[in-house]
Amino acid sequence: MTAMTPVPYRVTERREETRDTATLVLRPCGAPIPPVRPGQFTMMYAFGVGEAPISVSRTGTVMEQTVRDVGAVSRALAGSAPGRMIGLRGPYGAGWGVEDAVGRDLVFAGGGIGLAPLRPALLYALRRRASYGAITVLIGARTPADLVYRAELDEWRERGARVEVTVDHADDGWRGHVGLITSLVNLVCADPPNATAFVCGPEIMMRFTAEALEAKGLTDVRISLERNMRCGVGWCGHCQLGLRLVCRDGPVVPYRDVASELRVKER
Amino acid sequence: MAWILDGVAGLHAALVEAGYTVIGPTVRDRAIVLAELESADDLPYGWGVTLEPGGYRIRRRADSAAFAHSAGPQSWKPFLHRPRAKLWDARRTDDGFEVAETREEAPRYAFLGVRPCDLRAIGILDRVLTGDRYRDDAYAARRDGVFIIVVNCTEPGETCFCVSMGTGPGADSGYDLALTEFAGEGRFLVDVGTEAGADLLARIEHRPADPVTETRARAEVDAAAGRMGREMPAEGLRELMAGSLEAARWDDVAGRCLTCGNCTMVCPTCFCTTVEDVTDLTGEHAERWQRWDSCFDLDFSHLQGGSVRTSTKSRYRQWLTHKLGTWHDQFGSSGCVGCGRCIVWCPVGIDLTEEVAALRREGEKSDG
Repeated sequence: MTAMTPVPYRVTERREETRDTATLVLRPCGAPIPPVRPGQFTMMYAFGVGEAPISVSRTGTVMEQTVRDVGAVSRALAGSAPGRMIGLRGPYGAGWGVEDAVGRDLVFAGGGIGLAPLRPALLYALRRRASYGAITVLIGARTPADLVYRAELDEWRERGARVEVTVDHADDGWRGHVGLITSLVNLVCADPPNATAFVCGPEIMMRFTAEALEAKGLTDVRISLERNMRCGVGWCGHCQLGLRLVCRDGPVVPYRDVASELRVKER
Repeated sequence: MAWILDGVAGLHAALVEAGYTVIGPTVRDRAIVLAELESADDLPYGWGVTLEPGGYRIRRRADSAAFAHSAGPQSWKPFLHRPRAKLWDARRTDDGFEVAETREEAPRYAFLGVRPCDLRAIGILDRVLTGDRYRDDAYAARRDGVFIIVVNCTEPGETCFCVSMGTGPGADSGYDLALTEFAGEGRFLVDVGTEAGADLLARIEHRPADPVTETRARAEVDAAAGRMGREMPAEGLRELMAGSLEAARWDDVAGRCLTCGNCTMVCPTCFCTTVEDVTDLTGEHAERWQRWDSCFDLDFSHLQGGSVRTSTKSRYRQWLTHKLGTWHDQFGSSGCVGCGRCIVWCPVGIDLTEEVAALRREGEKSDG
């Protein structure tokens, strides 16, 4: 089988996260793709529509991917009813490396759908709660209605994470924080030199959050880059950011290594 | 040990006899293109080329040399890394869909008349498409077993700078046979690079080269090194690219560049592709195609919310800084071999050697 051939998977369950976002539970129809590490992505194929890179939002025996409807392919994927067959290639890219951060304090900062690739890393750490120090989860959403995994937040808290949520625009029922995710950084409980932060969201959000975390003294801040991808395997050339092919050398990278490139407009 | 060959008709015949499809230069539509050669008579005997930024003309030569012309509009890239190729078919089934991969019987090519710069370009494509974790099987199938006959360069063009890039004018490895043409004499000096090359040579009439003739051939290639039409000193190029991201020169070149992508199409190493998923009218049958793409295309960097590189400036900068700079980080060498095609086939005559020189001057000014 070539690297460009999708492996058939079946949607066994579909959970609507928000008005435009759904989480799909996926089971292989035959031989599965190789095991996925938190932070990796697949190329998801909707029959007759096309393919898009989508991060894996739950790893392990039950695999999940959370898709936001932003175009023809993601609309077809996000709208896939249980029973529908989709195709997967992958998994691709470097993961978060949460497996190697044992003994450290962890900070997860997710903006919007950016929480999706962070979720398997968080769940990995919560399953091994005693192996990690303090765990803080910072979440930013446009409105309360745009918040993904809302039903799980209390469970994360019960399992030993501090979870703080902020929205840009509150509604009448909202009792939480209002404002940018950077305003939550002072709520992080972590010993900065002994902490690892994982940040994912829109590029501008990642830059400001990473800068704020560094200003707090964190030195190990990792972000997950997003670039156009047509292959996932290093051939198509689309996902370059300077010296990196994001599919191969990312998507997770140390913020420090790309901070200057990200400051260059249209790099 | 070098040999002498009187003409290449026997060589062509032996390649065909051995089952190869022979690809080489020939005159078509007032250009020297690469195409299947039915016989050695198809070679562009007596034709040369006149090159300039944005200009290409073939011209009659005073002699009947077959290979006294520099790079034409094509490289060998389209024969190995196809401009458009079907990757698979899928059809709808009762419970989903079924994918059938495209199996292509790879042609068995002999490339006759590969320039040393283009030979290096093939080596670069090899690294990009087959040298990493994932191998492009279709490329590999076409590439494996290509019989390569280099012709060392004795006639560099006005836009050539292989010497700067360290890729020519002579080749020292990576070929089955290497020829050096004695222009107008109908004779060639032959170097053997592989066992397959030796086997083929054994099937055709040839004789040992006398030292005087061999020395003369080597001297012709050495002399060509001094007649490059362009230069682009490689030293510090990578650092120059990394340090020039905010240079004012990008605005200058953006005022001329049409973002047509010609430079990426003619470049022997530009490898970028996209995939296109298509269906028929019934929606029961889908296909995936891979085709060449260009970083000059606005959609190339498209993300939800818009393209990363919308300005002409950012797209030209991406192309040049990748080719000469970050290519090293990604694939362990420069992406430029100094063939000069991007200069010739740019409709507005943008010359990368000139752009690099301007970036250097700008860098020195701001350093000083």
